[in-house]
Amino acid sequence: MNRRVVITGCGAVSPVGSTVDRFWENLKNGKCGIDFIKKFDTTDLKVKIAGEVHDFEPLDYIKKNEIRKTDMFTQYGIGAAVQAMEDSGVQAHVDPTRLGVYMGSGIGGIHTFIDECHKMDEKGPGRISPFFIPMMISNIAAGTIAIRYNAQGPCLPVVTACATGTNAIGEAYRAIKHGYADAIISGGTEASITPLSIAGFANLTALTTTNDPTQASIPFDKRRNGFVMGEGAGALILEDLETALKRGAKIYGEIVGYGHTCDAYHITAPHPEAIGGTRAIAQAMAEAVNAGVHFEDSQIYVNAHGTSTPLNDKSETIAIKNALGDHITRTLVSSTKSMTGHMLGAAGAIEAIASVMALKDGIIPPTIGYKEADPDCDLDYVPNEKRAVQSDVALSISLGFGGHNGCLAFIRYTGE
Amino acid sequence: MVLEKVVEILRNYKDEQDLEVTMDSTFEELELDSLDTVELVMEIEEAFDTSIEMDGELQTIGDVVTLIEKAIA
Repeated sequence: MNRRVVITGCGAVSPVGSTVDRFWENLKNGKCGIDFIKKFDTTDLKVKIAGEVHDFEPLDYIKKNEIRKTDMFTQYGIGAAVQAMEDSGVQAHVDPTRLGVYMGSGIGGIHTFIDECHKMDEKGPGRISPFFIPMMISNIAAGTIAIRYNAQGPCLPVVTACATGTNAIGEAYRAIKHGYADAIISGGTEASITPLSIAGFANLTALTTTNDPTQASIPFDKRRNGFVMGEGAGALILEDLETALKRGAKIYGEIVGYGHTCDAYHITAPHPEAIGGTRAIAQAMAEAVNAGVHFEDSQIYVNAHGTSTPLNDKSETIAIKNALGDHITRTLVSSTKSMTGHMLGAAGAIEAIASVMALKDGIIPPTIGYKEADPDCDLDYVPNEKRAVQSDVALSISLGFGGHNGCLAFIRYTGE
Repeated sequence: MVLEKVVEILRNYKDEQDLEVTMDSTFEELELDSLDTVELVMEIEEAFDTSIEMDGELQTIGDVVTLIEKAIA
């Protein structure tokens, strides 16, 4: 069974806005969502900046007495999922046993984990909350969303670090394509900006120590020296095309390809020749070709993983060039992480939304903060200003610790 | 005394300041499941700086109040 899969709803919680409209407007305008951390004291930390979410009100989505029983990553996930479900209107039209949830998280409930560790130290095991485990486990955002929407179909919260969102959407796409579900709430959520996680990422030398918010997340720039932590969630309602057409749904775009590989090389460093990344992009492109995409006649947008680490941006550039081959002359690449920071498990989901909106509106969001060209990163990264270019196909790439490589291919839905 | 304090904790837990609670109110009536009950009893224990044995018999608010009264007597 091979069915076509379209996107019929989107939801966003992000450092540049916690509605899809605000998020996309700010991305187009090159607004930086990175700033000095406001949620806790950073005196003892080397890293003092992050892409924090500031305009999310959990009460808009969750009952007050439920909020204390959900970690922030679940709250963000519910927020994005509710936005996307309301946007799509699919609930009244889908059999609950054919509705799924693929909402992953790279890290899970680390706020809860830290709180309960303190409690264990101070008050002993008798005071550990019975909600500790169900609040912390990284599948619980998906489980909670499934309860909310009575989604009794497949529920698969992917955990592939920074590739989580992309893999969750990709696996959801396959589940609908091959007939295991008719609609799936897919995406990723992350709320891991804590002193503990900042210290961990910083000591791994993954984070930039440039404490200037506008010059910290500078993907593909020669001066880049690490990523900036972001947080938030992205949700996309994927739906079987026929089901969507039958109910007259608004269609944002179509998913036509998904690639997914592992470097099998190093726990954190990407493969220097980007073999796995290249294969993931090539797989997504090959599936897109089978779906009728002609890359030779297409203007291509690549929403890069583009984390602003020296290693990622160099090896990702190699992967993009290897996979795209001669099509690279018709390819524009940008990293929206220059504005959102790295939203880890939510990154792939929020970037999928950016890719779909870029196709829908004919606008390429920029890579901001870009000043100095790097000979190792020699593509057109749409520096600093958006560009009005109508792309035919968009590729969204995510690469995660553990060697996970994921790529999604999107096209505009034109009614054909 | 104990009941008043327990009612206050309950109202804060459920974030409903006008919640009707009596000795006979059951956890089920108050829409508190087994996880809520465990967490609530912890909060009550902490407030009275004591601990009570949780067995399967905790059905009503009165059950908890009685155990707390016994524990702090």
